[in-house]
Amino acid sequence: MIKITGIELENPTILAAGIMGTTGASLARVAKEGAGAVVTKSIGPEPKEGHKNPSMIDLGYGFLNAMGLPNPSYPDFKNELAIAKKETDTPVIASIFGGTEEEFVDVAQGLLESNPDAFELNVSCPHALGYGASVGSNPDAVESITAAVKDAVDIPVWVKLTPNVTDIVTIGDAAQRGGADAVVAINTVKGMAIDIESGYPILGNRFGGLSGKAVKPVAIKCVYDLYTALDIPVIGVGGIYTWQDAIEMMMAGANAVQIGSAVHEGIEIFSSIATGIETFVAERGYKDITDIIGLAHERI
Amino acid sequence: MYPINVKITKIIKETPSTRTFVFDKSFDEAVPGQFVMVWIHGVDEIPMGLASKNSITVQKVGDATEKLFKLSEGDTLGIRGPFGKGFTLPDKDEKILLIAGGVGTVPIVALANHAASEGVCITTILGARNSEELLFVDKFSSCGELHITTDDGSAHRCGFVTDVLGEADISAYDRIYTCGPEMMMKCIFSMLEKEDALEKTEFSLHRYFKCGIGVCGACCMDKKGLRVCKDGPVFNGLELVDSELGKYMRGPSGNKKDF
Ligand SMILES: Cc1cc2nc3c(=O)[nH]c(=O)nc-3n(C[C@H](O)[C@H](O)[C@H](O)COP(=O)(O)OP(=O)(O)OC[C@H]3O[C@@H](n4cnc5c(N)ncnc54)[C@H](O)[C@@H]3O)c2cc1C
Ligand SMILES: Cc1cc2nc3c(=O)[nH]c(=O)nc-3n(C[C@H](O)[C@H](O)[C@H](O)COP(=O)(O)O)c2cc1C
Ligand code: FES
Repeated sequence: MIKITGIELENPTILAAGIMGTTGASLARVAKEGAGAVVTKSIGPEPKEGHKNPSMIDLGYGFLNAMGLPNPSYPDFKNELAIAKKETDTPVIASIFGGTEEEFVDVAQGLLESNPDAFELNVSCPHALGYGASVGSNPDAVESITAAVKDAVDIPVWVKLTPNVTDIVTIGDAAQRGGADAVVAINTVKGMAIDIESGYPILGNRFGGLSGKAVKPVAIKCVYDLYTALDIPVIGVGGIYTWQDAIEMMMAGANAVQIGSAVHEGIEIFSSIATGIETFVAERGYKDITDIIGLAHERI
Repeated sequence: MYPINVKITKIIKETPSTRTFVFDKSFDEAVPGQFVMVWIHGVDEIPMGLASKNSITVQKVGDATEKLFKLSEGDTLGIRGPFGKGFTLPDKDEKILLIAGGVGTVPIVALANHAASEGVCITTILGARNSEELLFVDKFSSCGELHITTDDGSAHRCGFVTDVLGEADISAYDRIYTCGPEMMMKCIFSMLEKEDALEKTEFSLHRYFKCGIGVCGACCMDKKGLRVCKDGPVFNGLELVDSELGKYMRGPSGNKKDF
């Protein structure tokens, strides 16, 4: 059991945004497989079909995706969120996005009646023009959006950060100033792949975001820096495949870990990582899982 | 991995709306019922069942398939796969029933080819809109008993595949496989559910795919949250009890579309 921003999680593994998160039934399925919490697909003000395929490819050492934030919009997603809440006791966090403060607030208020346990603000998607990282690389925008949503709702607000900035701490700071209850790091890292036979960029959107094993070192460094600089909890995401990865992320300073791409290996991953963490903590004689959070900061 | 570049070596006109594209690379590990993601450069990437280890058979229905139909022998495509779960292959001494409608005949013909090479006893019920749209008739008739229906009666029996199924002795078959329009599969599902025969039945389904590899969640079905691209596209009938089959599917944005 671990508590983050007042929400109790059975274990520190969380389904990351955008992974099997479009329907209530699939969120409930992941919850039943043992995730400590689940995050929905990012939901916006209008229905969006996303980019043309190919929208995701497996590079072997990671994945490249440009989904383009496909979502049915908040009026349609309300029911899915309600289903996820009804089918499981696991906390459900609603990921939301918008182009402006007002849009973020509209979406948050629209989803409130389905009782999400928290909101996660996606100010970090690297490949949807006018949304995501184009907002999230501007500290003022991050601060004011966070403050606006905080004002409008009375549940915890997490802010998900992009690594595609010179200094992620500046953005984390802005989120904290805006009143964020936690930050989540990282979203995908900008990337691209080209088919040398045809010369075509592979993704329908030409470029996209790198996730999976390849980004873990980037995520560890971001979490480490945010832990040093901020007073609010940091949730680590990027390249978590094994319980060892999760422990590493927690030693960098994460209170919990989100798992995205590794779902490709099988949904059992949540329970196997949770068990691995528990065994490690017990066998090494730590009193509690919280003992390992930020441990690497004490070893200098 | 990156999509594999394949060259189209032959294009066969099967019916007025379908063509087979044979390519120069063979996906030998593919199980009948598995699919590939076909990338038409600069246009889109769409899921297609493998008709054989090195071909797809495509019906022209929209933008991407229309562009595909404009390609010629010598042109190239990007292929990722094979993906998903194929059909459970029958044992040699089993009797199987295949029920195929429209372009859903593609994965079924791949299974028929495999089963015939193993000496399995095959009965097929094949349906199409009209006589011109019937697919792979010679193939099916050479590997077992074949019943044909056409919606407009332009060939063989007028009506639907379910008319033939209604008269069949379901208990005579060890396994039943089906692929076709969702309403057809829904009717078959209801009939076999009544006969208590779902356990030996497999359905190959169609949903909107984005990633094709089980991550994005675009293709998830209610109520179990099954991913058609990874947990399917072939499902045992029992997995589909109380599901959205025949009621609705989701479009690219995740919004529901009723059948
Ligand atoms: C597992 C699987 C196997 C398939 N096998 C075959 C086959 O062997 N032969 C064949 O002709 N067709 C097959 N299809 C259907 C084929 O993928 C669609 O007809 C094709 O994507 C249409 O593309 P379009 O751009 O021409 O049509 P559009 O105008 O874009 O759409 C027409 C319809 O095609 C479907 N479609 C479009 N894009 C996708 C997508 N990314 N994923 C799923 N469906 C889509 C939708 O139902 C849509 O309503 C299969 C589909 C799946 C899921
Ligand atoms: C297919 C796909 C879709 C994603 N969609 C979203 C999204 O809607 N909102 C969001 O905040 N992050 C989204 N992400 C980013 C992930 O939540 C996560 O931050 C990133 O993939 C790194 O974690 P991983 O290496 O465990 O996958 C998506 C990632 C992938 C691979
Ligand atoms: S298409 Fe992405 S999970 Fe099936």
